[in-house]
Order: sequence, then structure tokens, then C-alpha cells
Amino acid sequence: MSRPAGRLTLILLLAPLLLWLTLLIVIPHAAMLFVSLRERVGVGEYAFGLGNYLTFLAEPLYWNTFVRTAWMSVLATALTLLIGFPVAWHIAKIARGRARQALFLACLAPFWASELVRTYGWMILLRESGVFSAVLQWAGLAEGPVEMLYNDVAIMVGLVYTSMLFMVVPLVTTLDSLDDSLIEAAYDLGASGWTILREIVIPHARPGIASGCIVVFMMSLGNYLTPILLGGKSSLWFTGLIYDQFITRFNWEQGAAFGFLLLGLSSAIVWAGLRLSGQSLRSAMARP
Amino acid sequence: MARSTLRAVAALAGAALALGAASASAETLRLLTWGGYAPDDVVAMFEKETGHKVEVTLSNNEEMIAKLRATGGGGFDLAQPSQDRIAGAQAEFGIYKPLDLSRIDAAQFIPSMLEATKRNTTVDGKVYGVPHVWGTSGLVVNKAKAPGVKDYLDLCDPALKGRVSYRLKRPTLIAFAFAMGEDPFAAYADPDAYKAILDKVEKKLVECKANVKTYWSGGDEILNLLRSGEVWAAMAWDTGGWKLNAENPDITFVAPASGALGWIDTFALPKRGRADDAAYAWINFVMRPEIAARITASAGNFTASKGADAFADPALKARFQASFPPEAIDNIKWYPPVPAGLEAMEGAVLDRVKAAQ
Repeated sequence: MSRPAGRLTLILLLAPLLLWLTLLIVIPHAAMLFVSLRERVGVGEYAFGLGNYLTFLAEPLYWNTFVRTAWMSVLATALTLLIGFPVAWHIAKIARGRARQALFLACLAPFWASELVRTYGWMILLRESGVFSAVLQWAGLAEGPVEMLYNDVAIMVGLVYTSMLFMVVPLVTTLDSLDDSLIEAAYDLGASGWTILREIVIPHARPGIASGCIVVFMMSLGNYLTPILLGGKSSLWFTGLIYDQFITRFNWEQGAAFGFLLLGLSSAIVWAGLRLSGQSLRSAMARP
Repeated sequence: MARSTLRAVAALAGAALALGAASASAETLRLLTWGGYAPDDVVAMFEKETGHKVEVTLSNNEEMIAKLRATGGGGFDLAQPSQDRIAGAQAEFGIYKPLDLSRIDAAQFIPSMLEATKRNTTVDGKVYGVPHVWGTSGLVVNKAKAPGVKDYLDLCDPALKGRVSYRLKRPTLIAFAFAMGEDPFAAYADPDAYKAILDKVEKKLVECKANVKTYWSGGDEILNLLRSGEVWAAMAWDTGGWKLNAENPDITFVAPASGALGWIDTFALPKRGRADDAAYAWINFVMRPEIAARITASAGNFTASKGADAFADPALKARFQASFPPEAIDNIKWYPPVPAGLEAMEGAVLDRVKAAQ
């Protein structure tokens, strides 16, 4: 094949990817950036400026909401890791054959229903006239109906439940590749279970932990349905603020600025997390 | 064999011709409306009579404006925003086109309602809306559990702790302002006076927060909360209260002492709508008294159609009369047009109420 023909093939092969990136990612973001830099002066009049970004810094409410959202997302990520790690370990190292498949399927099954349906499921379980409340009363553990919905704990439950699969899958793949003989050798040399976990298992699983944590953190931070439906009368979530600005306030300029701040600040948090744990984005993403 | 094939081809060709002829005059009407305003039976009757097709998209005031703004007034041929939300949105975003009133049969409308809507939706001397369905929002109360709730401020009664729900949206701000003896509509044109009223309302809503179980956002959500007894008193639409009243006589709609808030949903033409013929045909069709009565049966609210009362369900009329004695009807506060930019001021207040501990 001649050189120009080879180049043409390359261009054709790259075309779908490039079209996707430009049309669906680069152009919309550029348009949004442009909107975020517009300030409303009067009816139908706009001027160029950073006012929308300054509003975020000047109004403690917006700033606090972002901190709250980020903090709860970090907590949700940590809880998901804590619950997901033993599950992944069991699937990768202990379960065999059919049991392994069944367990994996059990993790996957909730995702056959949409997120909205899953969230409504939790609402039915947690609400005052719901399943948990009825069971507690029946068992004599509660006097009257118990309200478990509309608070931050309910949000946390929903977030962890929604993200579990995205933590378990990368962990299972990295743990799968851990050679069992290393653990056996460590036992032979007299290491305790805790030492093995700290010295062998966690270092080996680090890329899986990092990629799982990044995905779960970003998904929690960008989640809209779960915090809005399960959250209480005081639970602000940053994506909710963006929705309000766009839809109920007709203030696209402010909403776009919030969107970019969310993108920038969450990327900064992920970067800081990787630096603190001595990882690079490349190593976290290289081994899925 | 060959013969039958030939016949089939001829039949197909004939069908294609007929289809082509029909589509020359028939249009697809993309209708952006509220739940219940375009029931299936009415759509079927309209399609049969005119040959136009109807595609219904359900929405609410804010989403309608956001959708039309995103496309510069395209994607839909007829929209149904409330009358107070047209002038501001038109001045700011230019998403509608003026109505050609000669193509609308004015004789089918209740004259006072038609005139009021035309006046409120006029921008630069052009009319952008005519009325369709009207109703009110006020209080839906479980009389067995919360017999004392007569006005919006009664929702803050400590006896109702955790048993109250309302929306965190502008109608709540307006309602509380009226209940506190202010007239927010009179202050629309004066930002400073309006700000002062909002500050008072914000303080009250923060105090009242302990009573709120949750801020509801969807119509079905608040009906479920009231039905299950988890909420005893709420600020909600009249139809919701009457619907629950049919299931449980303890729950009904109460017109608040300081006045129910009256809204009128309209017909407006999006700027880049393509099926104006079908849109005008739809307006004239659904305003016929017998069709309007069907929409009342489906949406639960009355329409601006003259003479539709005669066809309305007597049970619904009885509920309406029970909630609205004549003096309560006179006391309905009809929303005047919202000046552009007011929402941003209200939004900041709502955010602070939500964030308050």
C-alpha cells in the first residue's frame, strides 16, 4: 500500500472518533464556556465578563454547597470501597465456577432497572408508610411510624447502592491478576492476615482501587436524581443548583459557570487524590 | 398469481397517492402542553375531523420556556404557558410569534377572560396568548388531622410539625406574602419594594421550616404524601384536592382566607413553529363547549370556553362550589405578567431558604 493511501485509511479510521470528540464534546463545551462568560445587563442585553464566576465566590451558599457535595461524594466513595472490597475479594479469590458467576450477576442485576426505578425503590423502603417502618413496628422495635427518607443518610445509602458495581468490577479484575502463590508464600514466611493485606494485596490492587474511586467519586458528584429524590428539605446538591439556574431561573449564564466550576474543581480533587496516594492517572487507567 | 400481484401493486400505488394527497394539506401538530390538556379521545376526534396529526409533549411552565429558548422557539408548533409567563419570556428571549386573532373564533371564549389574557400577553402592541384552562392554587387539607388550617400562615402552626409540604417555587413566595398582609403583585414594578417583601417572606419560610416534611416538586408526589397521611396540610392545586376528595372525604381543597392564586394557561405560537394551520385548527376545536368539557373531565380544571359549564360533570361542579363560595371567587388573586429578571431575585431567596438549617 502506498503512503498516501495509508494516510487516507488512518484518517478514515480516526474520523468517527474525531467527529464524536468535536461535535459532542469540544463544540458544546466551547459554547457553554462562551455562555458562562456572558453577563446579563438588562432585558435581552449581555456583556462579556467574569461576573458569573465571581458570584460563586461571593455567595457563601454556592461555595458551601459545592464543599458539601464534594465531601459527601468522598464519603460515599470511601464507603463504597469499604463495602466493595470484601465483595470483590470474595468474587475474585474465594468463589469458584457457578457461584462466582451468580455473585457477579447479583451485583449486575440492579442495573437492569433504570436509576430512577432503583431510587423509587429506596423511597418505598424508607418512607414513613414504607416497608422498613412497617417491619420495625411489627417487630415491636418502634412505637409509631419511622421516617427514614428525606435526610443525608438516605442520600448516602442511595449513592453507595448506585455506585457499587463501578467499584466492584475494576477491583475484581485487578485482584484476579494477583498470583495466589504470593499470598501462600507470605503465610509460609509467617505473615499475619493484616500484614498480607497491607503489604501484598492493597499494593497490587492499587490501580483498581484508584480507577474505581475516580469513577464512583465523579458519578456521585454528578448525580442528580438520588440526592434530589432521597434528600431532605435542607439537602442542597451542586447539580441541583445547576438545574435550578438553567430551568427555573432562566439564568443559563450562571448555570454554565457552575457547570465549568464543577468540572474544574472535581478534576482538581481527583488530581489531588491521585497525588496523595502516589498514583498517576496513567497507571490507574492502564490496567482496567 | 401475476394478476394478484398486479392488483396489489395497483392498490399500493393508490394508497400512496391518497397518502400524498392527504399530507399536502394535513400537518403534524407538535403540542407542548400540560398533563390532561390533550386527552387521547380529543386527539383522536381532532385527527379524524381535520386529518392533522397531533404529537403531545407534557411539560410545565419553566421547562416550556427552557425548551423553546434552547431551540430559539423551534421544535413545537403550539405551546401552553401560563398567561403571566409569556410577556417576560417574550421580551427577554423572543421565543413566540404574534397570534393572528382573525383566525381564532373569539365567540367561543368567555369574553372577560379572553380580554384579560390578551392584555397580559401583549408585547409591543402584539398579542401572544389566548386563554385555555384556568384554575387556582391554595391549600389541600386533611380536615380530620388539621382542622385549623384556613390560610397559608396556618401551615406554620407548631402543632403541624413535620406534617406540612409546599413547593420551593415562586407561588409559595407570593402566597406567603399575601398571607402576611403584603401585595406582591403591586410591587412587581418596584424592585426595592419587592425585595423588602421577599426579605420578610424569607424570614417566615425559614421559621416555618421545622414544620415542613419535604418540599414537593411533582403533582403525584404531593398527592401520595397526602393520601398516605404522611402530610396533613399542603399548598397545592385545586384539582389535586378535589381528586383526593373523591377518594377520601376528609381531604379537600380550601381556598385560603388571603385568597387563592389564580392561573390561566394559554395557547401561544412558538416562533419557529411550522404547522400554524393545525395550531389554529386545534385552538378552535378544543374551545368548542362539548370538547372543552372533555378536557375539564380529564384535567380536572375548567376552561375559558363559553357554555362548556353545561356539559361539565356535576360532581366536579359540586366540589368547586364547596371550595369556592362566591366571595372566595372574588378574592382570587390572578397572576399579573412577571417582569423579566424577577425570577433571579426570587431564586436567591429560595436557595437561602433551602440552605437554612
